[in-house]
Amino acid sequence: MRTLLAASAALIALTTSTLAEIKIGSVLSVTGPASFLGDPEKKTLEMYVADINAQGGVNGEKIKLFIYDDGGDANKARTFATRLVEEDKVDAVLGGSITGTSMSMLGVFDEAGIPYISLAGAAGIVIPVRKWVFKTPHTEPMSCGKIFDDLKKRNLLNIAMISGTDGWGKAMREECIKMAPQFGVKVLKDEIYGAADSDMTPQLTNIKNTPGVQAVINCGFGQGPAIVTRNYRQLGIIAPLYQSHGVSSKSYIQLAGAAAEGVRLPAGATIIADQLPDSDPLKKVVTAYKNKFEKATGQPVSTFGGHMHDALFILVEAMKRAKSADKAKVRDEIEKTKGFVGTGGMVNMSPTDHLGLDLDAFRMIEIRNGDWALIR
Amino acid sequence: MIVVAIALVVLLLPLILPSSFYYRVLALVFINALAVVGLNLLMGFAGQVSLGHAGFFGIGAYSVALGPTYLGIPSWAALIGGTMLSALIAFVVGRPILKLKGYYLAVATLGMGLLISMVFTNEAGVTGGPNGMPVPRLQLFGWRVFGSQTWYWISGISLIIGAWVAVNLIASPTGRAFRAIHDSETAARVLGIDVARYKLLAFVLSAIYAAVAGSYFSLFDGFVTPNTASFLLSIEFVVMAVLGGLGSILGSVVGAAILVMLPQVLTVFHDYEHIVLGLILIVFLIFLPSGIVPAIATRFGRRTT
Repeated sequence: MRTLLAASAALIALTTSTLAEIKIGSVLSVTGPASFLGDPEKKTLEMYVADINAQGGVNGEKIKLFIYDDGGDANKARTFATRLVEEDKVDAVLGGSITGTSMSMLGVFDEAGIPYISLAGAAGIVIPVRKWVFKTPHTEPMSCGKIFDDLKKRNLLNIAMISGTDGWGKAMREECIKMAPQFGVKVLKDEIYGAADSDMTPQLTNIKNTPGVQAVINCGFGQGPAIVTRNYRQLGIIAPLYQSHGVSSKSYIQLAGAAAEGVRLPAGATIIADQLPDSDPLKKVVTAYKNKFEKATGQPVSTFGGHMHDALFILVEAMKRAKSADKAKVRDEIEKTKGFVGTGGMVNMSPTDHLGLDLDAFRMIEIRNGDWALIR
Repeated sequence: MIVVAIALVVLLLPLILPSSFYYRVLALVFINALAVVGLNLLMGFAGQVSLGHAGFFGIGAYSVALGPTYLGIPSWAALIGGTMLSALIAFVVGRPILKLKGYYLAVATLGMGLLISMVFTNEAGVTGGPNGMPVPRLQLFGWRVFGSQTWYWISGISLIIGAWVAVNLIASPTGRAFRAIHDSETAARVLGIDVARYKLLAFVLSAIYAAVAGSYFSLFDGFVTPNTASFLLSIEFVVMAVLGGLGSILGSVVGAAILVMLPQVLTVFHDYEHIVLGLILIVFLIFLPSGIVPAIATRFGRRTT
């Protein structure tokens, strides 16, 4: 056991012998059930850091990356977080692909005083505000708010909900139910399905038989929403169907097929980069990101890699403004981020808001002819 | 002898540990080893398979999260309560399913583990669901217990005690009864051993070890997710026990050490780390099929337990 330990110490020592460099750590779910998040995030990070280093780095110092794969396991993530702090002595950390891993790690960075930007959805990461913790993705209350806005515009105030038991679906369901009265929306029926269920006809039949339902919201991500969408059309329900930004990748349209026609969802601008009007401030950023990512990886762009793009550049710009990688100065500068245009929207952070996105960051999108279409 | 070896390792390692990251990794080794020592009593000595042991680990882990949060009881009381609950569930569930043998027992324990894991995942209103929930820090006599070094000592000393209990148990008539059941249930019954009772005892004991380890695990992390009760973790425990050597207490510690530390060492292989990890495990099991510690002991002509 001791030899193994000595060997591991030697290996770690070999990989960490560095000179004046900015060390950025990242713990991502590159494998496991959340790999559709972690994989594009890792590729995005490596791609842009290679670029930055080729152009001479930040403040004349090159960036050195420490990327670990937690496989979606919160405990492994925390071990790697400790390693980033104690062993690699990083200057900042990006990542935590999912809420579970981010929540288990943030305490480590908050105690150690290291700027940390999470890529996970839950609002609970930045509420209550923790001094060293920031995040880039849109939250579940934002998804609810954007959908309710659209419902109000279309005057569809009596709705039903069907939610998955995955982490995202559950959190969003709670938020939507809490927020509904503020928008004058009434939830007439509230149905639940298991994350691995293969048929949601019973729940949807209940919704169909509830009189007065004008629209249905599906909270969930993964394969569940695709099955809901198919069953929805099979039952011939005519009320409009809304999804969350948890389905904003092409695989949802492929899985749901023709049934996805007419489904609406709020999402970041990345997936509809080409359709944004030229006057849109986000157009330049998202088009550049989309083209670069698709060229480098050969895969269609998703919003998730975009969260990493935003996190990296918020950090890099903060380091440039701080003119160093000093942790406390960089943290203060991240908090002062104003008018930063990322793929997720315009970011304006403050001491009370470590996310900095508002509802304008979201676009309402409808699926038409098997592709995303921006609703103007 | 084995307990002394483990105690020496626990006491002397801090002399060469460079940072608290190493304390964390070793604390995780000790915590996993504690669960695996218990599982070894059941699998290695009594010869009964369990593919659901993470279920008990999860009960321990969630009891110290739920108890203080919702019932306001102190963490140490929740730890004891969770351990007792685990033992009770093992007792109630064990009676019928330990009648099964081989694959059937494996499937039954697997089902039990999955059910426990589903409860933690689906009762999101209480447990936070798949996103997990924070665990209040352990307080002992007004002292807030946290940090890798503190938990190194707590888990290390607990492992020494756990291993000591296990070694003594094996040397006792109960331990001999376990091994008799392992070799042949019929022969054991002929000798007058109450087979059902001893199997149940081994099952309950192993559940207690797993629950204590689970409680330590989530108190140490300050955060708990349903991964602590997941099927994959059950499999990991079995792999640790088999890799180190079934029927060897020292083997359980070695198995846990390898499986916890290897992923940290293998990060140098980046994208290939999982392939290398799998390869190492396969090589071990092909060349040392009886497990690392028993194989080495046989080579040096000694028999250890």
